[in-house]
Amino acid sequence: MSDPVTAMETLRFEGFVTVSQAGSLGMITLRGDFGSKPFGTALKKALGLDPPQKRQIAHGNNSTAAWMSPDELLIFCSWEDKATLMTALQKVIGKRHAMVIDVSDARMTFTLTGSNVREVIAKLAPVDLSPGSFEPGELRRTRFGQIAAAFWLVSQDEAKVICFRSVGDYMFKQLKAASTPGSELDIWT
Amino acid sequence: MSTRLSSTGRLIDRSQKISFSFNGKNFSGFKGDTLASALLANDQILLGRSFKYHRPRGVVSSGSEEPNALVNLGDGGMFEPNQRTTTTELFDGLSATSQNHWPSLEFDVGAINQYLSRFLPAGFYYKMFIHPRPFWKYIYEPFIRQSAGLGKAPSEKDASTYEHFYAFYDIVVVGGGVAGLQAALTAAKSGKKILLIEQTAHWGGRAPVDGGEVNGQPLDKFVDKCVAVLASMENVTMRTRMMGAGVYDHGYLIAYERLSDHKPEASGPRHRLWRIRTGSIIIATGAIERPLVFSDNDKPGVLLASALRDYIVDYGVSVGDRTVVVTNNDDAYLTAIAVKNAGLEVSAIIDARPNGAGELGEKAKALGISVKAGKGIAKVLGSKRVTGVAICAQAGEGAVLEEIPCDCVAMSGGWSPVVHLYSHCGGKLLWDEEKLMFHPDAHNYPKNHNGKPFILPAGAVSGRMDLSEVLRDATKVGSKAVDSKKTSKPPSARMRVDAPIEAVWMMPQGAGIKLRSKAWLDFQNDVKVSDVQLAAQEGFQSVEHAKRYTTLGMATDQGKLSNINGLATLAASLNAPIPEVGTTTFRPPYTPISMGSIAGLARDEVFQPIRQTPIHVWHEEQGAYMEPVGQWRRPYCYPRTGESYADAVEREINQTRGSLGLIDASTLGKLLIKGPDAAKFLDMLYTNMMSRLKVGKCRYGLMCNENGFLSDDGVVARIDKETFLCHTTSGGADYIHAHMEEWLQTEWWDWKVYVANVTEQFAQVGVVGPNARAVLEKLGGMDVSKDALGFMEWKDGQIGGFKARAYRISFSGELSYEIAVPANQGLAFWQALLEAGQEFGVMPYGTEALHVMRAEKGFIMIGDETDGTVIPQDLGMNWSISQKKTDFLGKRAQERSYMVDVNRWRLVGLQTTDGSVIPDGAYAVGQGRNANGQKNTIGRVTSTYYSPTLQRGIAMGLVHKGPERLGEIIDFPKVDGTIVKVKIVDQVFYDKDGEKQNV
Repeated sequence: MSDPVTAMETLRFEGFVTVSQAGSLGMITLRGDFGSKPFGTALKKALGLDPPQKRQIAHGNNSTAAWMSPDELLIFCSWEDKATLMTALQKVIGKRHAMVIDVSDARMTFTLTGSNVREVIAKLAPVDLSPGSFEPGELRRTRFGQIAAAFWLVSQDEAKVICFRSVGDYMFKQLKAASTPGSELDIWT
Repeated sequence: MSTRLSSTGRLIDRSQKISFSFNGKNFSGFKGDTLASALLANDQILLGRSFKYHRPRGVVSSGSEEPNALVNLGDGGMFEPNQRTTTTELFDGLSATSQNHWPSLEFDVGAINQYLSRFLPAGFYYKMFIHPRPFWKYIYEPFIRQSAGLGKAPSEKDASTYEHFYAFYDIVVVGGGVAGLQAALTAAKSGKKILLIEQTAHWGGRAPVDGGEVNGQPLDKFVDKCVAVLASMENVTMRTRMMGAGVYDHGYLIAYERLSDHKPEASGPRHRLWRIRTGSIIIATGAIERPLVFSDNDKPGVLLASALRDYIVDYGVSVGDRTVVVTNNDDAYLTAIAVKNAGLEVSAIIDARPNGAGELGEKAKALGISVKAGKGIAKVLGSKRVTGVAICAQAGEGAVLEEIPCDCVAMSGGWSPVVHLYSHCGGKLLWDEEKLMFHPDAHNYPKNHNGKPFILPAGAVSGRMDLSEVLRDATKVGSKAVDSKKTSKPPSARMRVDAPIEAVWMMPQGAGIKLRSKAWLDFQNDVKVSDVQLAAQEGFQSVEHAKRYTTLGMATDQGKLSNINGLATLAASLNAPIPEVGTTTFRPPYTPISMGSIAGLARDEVFQPIRQTPIHVWHEEQGAYMEPVGQWRRPYCYPRTGESYADAVEREINQTRGSLGLIDASTLGKLLIKGPDAAKFLDMLYTNMMSRLKVGKCRYGLMCNENGFLSDDGVVARIDKETFLCHTTSGGADYIHAHMEEWLQTEWWDWKVYVANVTEQFAQVGVVGPNARAVLEKLGGMDVSKDALGFMEWKDGQIGGFKARAYRISFSGELSYEIAVPANQGLAFWQALLEAGQEFGVMPYGTEALHVMRAEKGFIMIGDETDGTVIPQDLGMNWSISQKKTDFLGKRAQERSYMVDVNRWRLVGLQTTDGSVIPDGAYAVGQGRNANGQKNTIGRVTSTYYSPTLQRGIAMGLVHKGPERLGEIIDFPKVDGTIVKVKIVDQVFYDKDGEKQNV
């Protein structure tokens, strides 16, 4: 029973951007004082990356770490790697006051692709998406419509959006509505 | 006759004919027309009826200030009432109908009201319909509703779509006239991010109509150049058909973009609401011309002088062959000149000023136009349209000197700056005694968080009426907005030499009551000079009171034309200066915006988020009857064909108590608490002692707020020395998580505790009933025997190949396990249980069965037994309140005198003597009556159900000194007037000793 069974059929919509449900990812919540030097160094050993700065997302070889709050990181890895990574994290953390939990099943991830991804997000999230104001490397915890969500730009024409799994259906439907052909603004393209 | 002219028409394309209909009649216009200009071109001058007196009304303006020419637009899902013809761009197939008349626009029975007008004065409704009281609801209101009102309410669902857009700029310029363009150009040189918006489809505002030269070039060339330069700048975004609707604190601006009103066949949203954060806002909204106040100034054919100019120059439409221009300022002379230049006749310019106009006066005279200085209009002749005017001396009382036949009257009473957006956020106004207008007080602009002005008016809105002044001001404001030290040189324009405007608030100034009773201030709401004067006489001295009493400025146009004339009339009646009376409050939106645009995408399937458990899809496939629990939808029951909901609930309970039931408990909140101080933290949050809970054990706990009232409950499991898992109520997870974080972040910031909400990580299934153990053993895996996993214990392991955590807890009173598996595997686990449970007749059960079974056991439910005013002691739960702890949240409050009062209502079981079910929400009555003459209440029902197990009604309730009154019979009156006799009993109706759950 190690295969992840996704919550729904894989969702996909071709609008003026393409909205698709991303496959299952390993996700680990880490709470701890990762800003302190010894903790940061220990984390680097386990993750292969420096902990991200405020509102940033840092990419390593096998994992990605997103800054969620001054004492919380969300770590992404492949579904297969998550157990190993959790063990590695527990090991480097040792007796420090910290929390490492598997939240891989708690969220749903969507990929947006197309030249107008910024516009689709700006219809739903109160965030300045204009080029130069929000760029790859940054992660924003915000709301999309009426639900909590986070997103980041993978590139100028690809974005990832994550939300809790219980509202994945709502998220998909509103992303779909926001990317309906004919509703482009074309102000950044 | 109003008709299409052959020569002029700046905005229309005569090569593109467009068909449309009005009241079922087919007409044609040109591309570029507004509905108003196209109707006028077809001699349709009568466009609607007024609100109160059903007076015939025609177009009075050419823009968003229009009070009269409103129509029902479109059909079915595209129907929209109260649409201004003056801002509706014509499209092929447009269909409009006029409003507020019966049986027809031409013949309206309601027009009788105008002859009754002396019986319908200001405040008529308040005076007339107040007595007798019950008549309002059943007689007066239905009658008034039928006869009043403008457009119809739509009968079908809106077929269009809408959306929001969040945008961020350094500067937003509202208004694409000359001032807005020039200010944007100046500011844009700084490289800052600028948004320039214009409510119409065209740049340049009204300047191209009024003419003039900039830097020696015609004005429209200047506009074209500005637009071209701005369009080429990377840092500038330009949008037309987008109106600044409202300005709020912190540079928040709402703008309303109309995307497809002019081309309904286009795909995409109809309107888009922009929610903008900006550093500063340049308001370049211009000014609106004011009507003059004379008798019968509301007749179709009487319109604003500037509007007539627009119709001639922009649309090539004349309102009549012979025009009388009436004015107190020089601008109206432009209209006379435009009329003359279009080859039509100006019968006279009636100038209320004894000395007439400046250079424009000379120009008019040179064109052979007769100017009658010092004169006014005594009244307008004609019924459904103007046939002439009677002239009098402005200084007199209205004795008619001569009658001039004409079919159009163009009036100008001066200009009112569009200070609405400026005022939304607290901008202060000054009364300009020379220009006769309120304009922004340069020392009192709305300020931002740094105390710096963030709303900067530019151009006519600041009272700069001459083109040269407008350009100078706009350049200055553009520089100021970007804090530029460099002064840009404004483009040059020649200053026009005008004679000063003179105050004319009533024409003639000594008009008697007969003329004043027909001199309209507010066209749409039928407020006349006499009404405002009556209000003042009756003591409505504040402008806000007078507004509401007379309804002046309360129509869909929000008094854009009437406000200043109205308050000048009020000031005159009160014998007070105009600035002392002041304006009413300007509130957003500037003009009405669609309800759809406010909702944005939030409609239909994304109206509200619905949280779904990992098993949600299965529930829906079974046809479960779902109920909302917080934002979740949970199955209430799973009715089978032919079953009522009550039948289904009974079946589910009997099956569960008899053999095996399953419930999807995934919605239960799951909060993970970890850290060296976790135990101490939980001791503070829960009323009972959690620190002594042993690893591997579970304990039920109560949580209270600082005021001692119950806020949540649930089972806490100790995972290891430093880790606890707290279950919360389904609706409470997010709130309790925030509650914990708040205490950790604000009060106990030095405690080493982390909290994580892992609710969504797990699917949780309640496996309940005498065969619960058997089905789990059949699936195989961890040892779930009594010895290996006792009551109120938990254990990790595998069940049926699923990684699982099993909690041996019971909310039903039966042998019960709650099993958590990773959410992704929830549905598969559920199905595995269903399959394995077949031999036990397994059935899923819903929330209602859950509620009934817990009530049979006397378990409380947060939100049923509690309502924010109930403490654990009220529920007889003193056993869960630790006496050993020095403190916990709520402890101090629970010691207050009111909380320990022996007279508090306390929880008991309630059993009807006839076995019936007490109605939900029923109150018990005792002896005597209260101060209001109502029977005194002594208790209320908190949960009431039919118990299939006991085959009778059972209930719990809070009763005055309840536990001391066991065995007593009390009365619960029902809404039908009968009474249920109820015996006070112990709240546990089923298996009081807990033998069934502990097997």
